[in-house]
Amino acid sequence: MTRELFIQASYLASSVLFILGLRSLTHPDSARRGMHLAALGMLVAVVGTLLHREIVDYRWIVAGLALGSLIGYPLGMWVPMTAMPQRIAISHMFGALAATLVGVAEFTTLGNGSGVGQAQMAALGFEVLFGSLTITGSLIAFLKLQGLLPGVPLTFRGQNVVSLALFATGVVLFAWLVANPAQPAAFHAMLFVGLGFGVSLVLPIGGADMPVVISLLNSYAGLASAATGFAIGNNVLVIAGALDGASGFILSIIMSKAMNRSFGNVLFGAFGTPQASATTAAAGLAVHSVSPEDAAVQLAYAHKVIVVPGYGLAVSQAQHQLRELATLVEKNGGEVTYAIHPVAGRMPGHMNVLLAEADVPYDRLREMEDVNPEFPSADVVLVIGANDVVNPAAKHDPKSPIYGMPILDVEHAKHVLVLKRTMNPGFAGIENQLFYMPQTSILFGDAKASLQKLITEVRQA
Amino acid sequence: MSPHSLVQALYVFVLAGFVGFLVITRVPSLLHTPLMSATNAISAISLVGSLVAAGSGRSHAATLLGFVAVTSATINVVGGFLITDRMLKMFRRKPAGKPEAKGPGR
Repeated sequence: MTRELFIQASYLASSVLFILGLRSLTHPDSARRGMHLAALGMLVAVVGTLLHREIVDYRWIVAGLALGSLIGYPLGMWVPMTAMPQRIAISHMFGALAATLVGVAEFTTLGNGSGVGQAQMAALGFEVLFGSLTITGSLIAFLKLQGLLPGVPLTFRGQNVVSLALFATGVVLFAWLVANPAQPAAFHAMLFVGLGFGVSLVLPIGGADMPVVISLLNSYAGLASAATGFAIGNNVLVIAGALDGASGFILSIIMSKAMNRSFGNVLFGAFGTPQASATTAAAGLAVHSVSPEDAAVQLAYAHKVIVVPGYGLAVSQAQHQLRELATLVEKNGGEVTYAIHPVAGRMPGHMNVLLAEADVPYDRLREMEDVNPEFPSADVVLVIGANDVVNPAAKHDPKSPIYGMPILDVEHAKHVLVLKRTMNPGFAGIENQLFYMPQTSILFGDAKASLQKLITEVRQA
Repeated sequence: MSPHSLVQALYVFVLAGFVGFLVITRVPSLLHTPLMSATNAISAISLVGSLVAAGSGRSHAATLLGFVAVTSATINVVGGFLITDRMLKMFRRKPAGKPEAKGPGR
């Protein structure tokens, strides 16, 4: 009795510590200490659980803890910040895998379903369905972000039909199992249907839509954990899973809004197929290419510079060079701020993490609504590897696929300097009128190399 | 698991979801990536269920599944909290190298 009380007290303590930890994330100054509290909460819950009466053999537990720590340490300490999106995606897979396997183990030990009540079966069903689709969905997202699969949408004829058929089959199997849980074949079929659905859900989603998908998978992994809590009757799992589920859900809503698209459109739209008409629209217009020397002169004498970073900055890993250039501009008396679009990059907050790594103070990182009124007074706006988030077509062209998406009002600036690899249209395959405007000049080349040249030139200017 | 305990768990789930909503809508977009890795580490609390599955010796299948579950949950606990801390460490108001503030009151 005392032992059971102690275990429950440890779970209550860890639930409180988790919530306090997340609450600390409302401010960067308190965040670190808060997360230490959350980690303590995890330790408390694990220690409490190890006293559980049902645990009779610690050998496999110790082996699993050791192996997990061995793999987890490098994943925590050595993964570079530029690889953060794929790192997050793969961690959703591990979380979902753990939840799913606990569900399968529970079903198997309870007489292959014959000892499972209907309420418990409903919980196990949710756990296995959400878990299995998150396992494969996150794996595909990881492979795409890591470049092991092409980042473009992979589609085939009737893809949506296959996805919907898999989804419907999963729902039917779920209902059937709840009606009669003692059906191991149906249970395993549901597991495989979930795995298949995860693949067909994420394969057709392109790189620019990844922020929504990663957030959604984050939410599903949390819901799978919460369902585990329902299935094994453990409140700390329910609470932590609900927190994770809510967080992922809120992030996916924020990301969808920032792209002016609905969930359904992101998941089933297969956006990003190149538009044949788009390239012709810009035919006959010329871009103004600029030399590093001329660009450097503009930067060296600018009073107010706004930097707009995009995924290209992450790809060329140029965040440190950018910071160095900004320091030089500041030395010359200029002011440098950074305008962060909510979906710049491949996951929520991607650009903030990159720039923080390069030692950019966080009060220089400005949100879209906050910084948009300042573009008209900027001397130079430096656009690095960003495209769709600065495309004025989102405001002016009702035929554009990104019409209605909130963008950074870069076109109002006195001068726009774009660092760009080639003139290929951006991810969405949409021509960007910004690049043809009279106040825009383009410095072609890899972002890192271009920034390096600018640093050298500004030093001499 | 009785329908009664299902309803009780639903209460906990819905209320925790509300708390999550209220807390997380206040997190600035600046910290959205650490938020994601933090919630991911926290939801690796399914480790608790995995430990019981791996250690209860109910069947070989359960032990094996439990072992794999403990391993993957531990990966997220260890890796998740470490990487969150690594990220949060980088968010500074003043660049590193320079002292935090020269004025009095420190």
